[in-house]
Parts: sequence; C-alpha cells; structure tokens
Amino acid sequence: MEEIKEQIRQMPRIGEPAPAFEAVTTHGMLKLEDFKGSWLILFSHPADFTPVCTTEFIAFTEIYPELQKRGVELLGLSVDSVSSHIAWVRNVEEKTKVKIPFPIIADLNKEVSLAYGMIHPGQSKTETVRCVFIIDPNQKIRTILYYPLTTGRNMDEILRIVDALQTTDKNAVATPANWRPGDKVVVPPPNTQEMAEERLKQGYECVDWYLCKKKL
Amino acid sequence: MACVSPDGKPTESGTKMLRALQAGLKSPEEVAQETGLPLFRVRSGLRELTQAGLADQSGEKYKLSPKGIEMLGTSST
Repeated sequence: MEEIKEQIRQMPRIGEPAPAFEAVTTHGMLKLEDFKGSWLILFSHPADFTPVCTTEFIAFTEIYPELQKRGVELLGLSVDSVSSHIAWVRNVEEKTKVKIPFPIIADLNKEVSLAYGMIHPGQSKTETVRCVFIIDPNQKIRTILYYPLTTGRNMDEILRIVDALQTTDKNAVATPANWRPGDKVVVPPPNTQEMAEERLKQGYECVDWYLCKKKL
Repeated sequence: MACVSPDGKPTESGTKMLRALQAGLKSPEEVAQETGLPLFRVRSGLRELTQAGLADQSGEKYKLSPKGIEMLGTSST
C-alpha cells in the first residue's frame, strides 16, 4: 500500500526520459522503445464504454491523419482488460462507423498508470484521469496535460502543441500565446547586455530587447 | 499476440512481415517500408515472430527461420 502511495506521488516531469514500459495492447505487446524515432502521444482515459471517452476516441481518430503527417503516433491507455478494449473499439465502429486505428494499453495491473502518475486518488482511486504525454523521438517527455474526468480534451490544442514543439525544435525559437502555424515566433531573449543592445539592431519586430518576434 | 495466432500461425500482418524477410536479412525500418505497416508494429511484430520461432534476429536485422520458411511454403500452397 505504501509502495503504491509512493508511486502515485512520483510524477514524471517535462524534460525527463519517459518511463519505459512493456504493455499488453490491442495491437499486441508493445514497448515504449518500439516508438523510438517517432513522436508519441500517450494518453489515458478513465474507462471503456463511457460517454466522454467515446467522444474523445472518435476525436483522436479524426486528428490521427494530421498527427501521422507530423510523424506522431497515438497510444491510448486505461485500467481495463484487452477484451474490454476490443469490445469497445468494435462497438464504436458498429455504432458510429469510426474505426479506432491506434493501439490501447490494457493496464490492469496499473504498472504504466502509476509510472506516469495517471491515477489521481482525489478524482478516482481505480480509474486514470485524462492525461496526455507528448514524447519526442528521443523518448523525452515534452508536454504533460491533465484533464479531469468530466472534461473532454481539446484536439486543436493537442495539434497546436505538436506544431509548436516541432517548430521550436527546428528553428530554435519559442512560440507566443495562442500561436498558430504561420504566426510570428519569439526570438530567444539575449543573455548579455551586449547581445541585448545588438538585438534591437537586428531587424526583428521588438517591443523591447527581451520581446522580439520574427516571421519564419 | 498481434502477429502470431494462438495456434502458432502468423496473422495477416505477421505473414506480411515474413514475406518481407523472404529476400534475406532486413532491418525493422526496411520491413516497415516494404509492408506499409507502422514501424512500432513492425518492431513488436518481429519480436513476436522471433519468439514464435518463425524469424531469427541477427544484430539489428531479422531473417526467416527454417520454421518460417516452411510456414510460408505451407501458406502459399
């Protein structure tokens, strides 16, 4: 019991290596390392055959082609059996004509849920909350989102974060509030007084030395 | 298992991967490109096929095992 409490307290953090796992999924046994070289969105849902989760799985399926264009794979998770996952996936297809194309972890022993801090006992001691872990091709955690059981996730925001991460990686810049692809990006702030003085002469659109934007 | 049925026979995706190995040693990346399957599926699938004795691993690459060759021969007739 103490060990479980300790595991629940251990939350992964942005910038750290994603905890390794080997898990039973609807696509067979998968290891985290199987996704090396791709971006990965690992997300948890509270339970199969529940309404909000069903809308989310349909929504994740809708953005899956866009994610694939960006080199991103999806991997779902809940504390349900693989038979339950298979039955739910088949039911969703039968009722909505939407076929869930990505694997779902059957985390019955909560091994992955605990390693990723997906169980929040204040919400539920048995179900995972709605977590999203965006993991980069080097298997480092780059973004963590947590939603309560009652709030379905926003797919536009998930795509926007992927675009922002890939843009910042490629161009060594940052992205401002509400940034969308095509918008101006933020130039990293200078570290020295000399660089601050030079910054204002570099032709960027600057509010002041510490806030300059440029078009990519 | 996703690539090997409980009766020990490869599934459709397992057979695709085995066929990709017919030409000789291949990396998971090469098998993924040839089969059109996602790389993560190929990595886990080749692991399963190896555990089932249908493929052999040699360093980072895979090839058909004698049992895999026999299986493909049986399934194509």
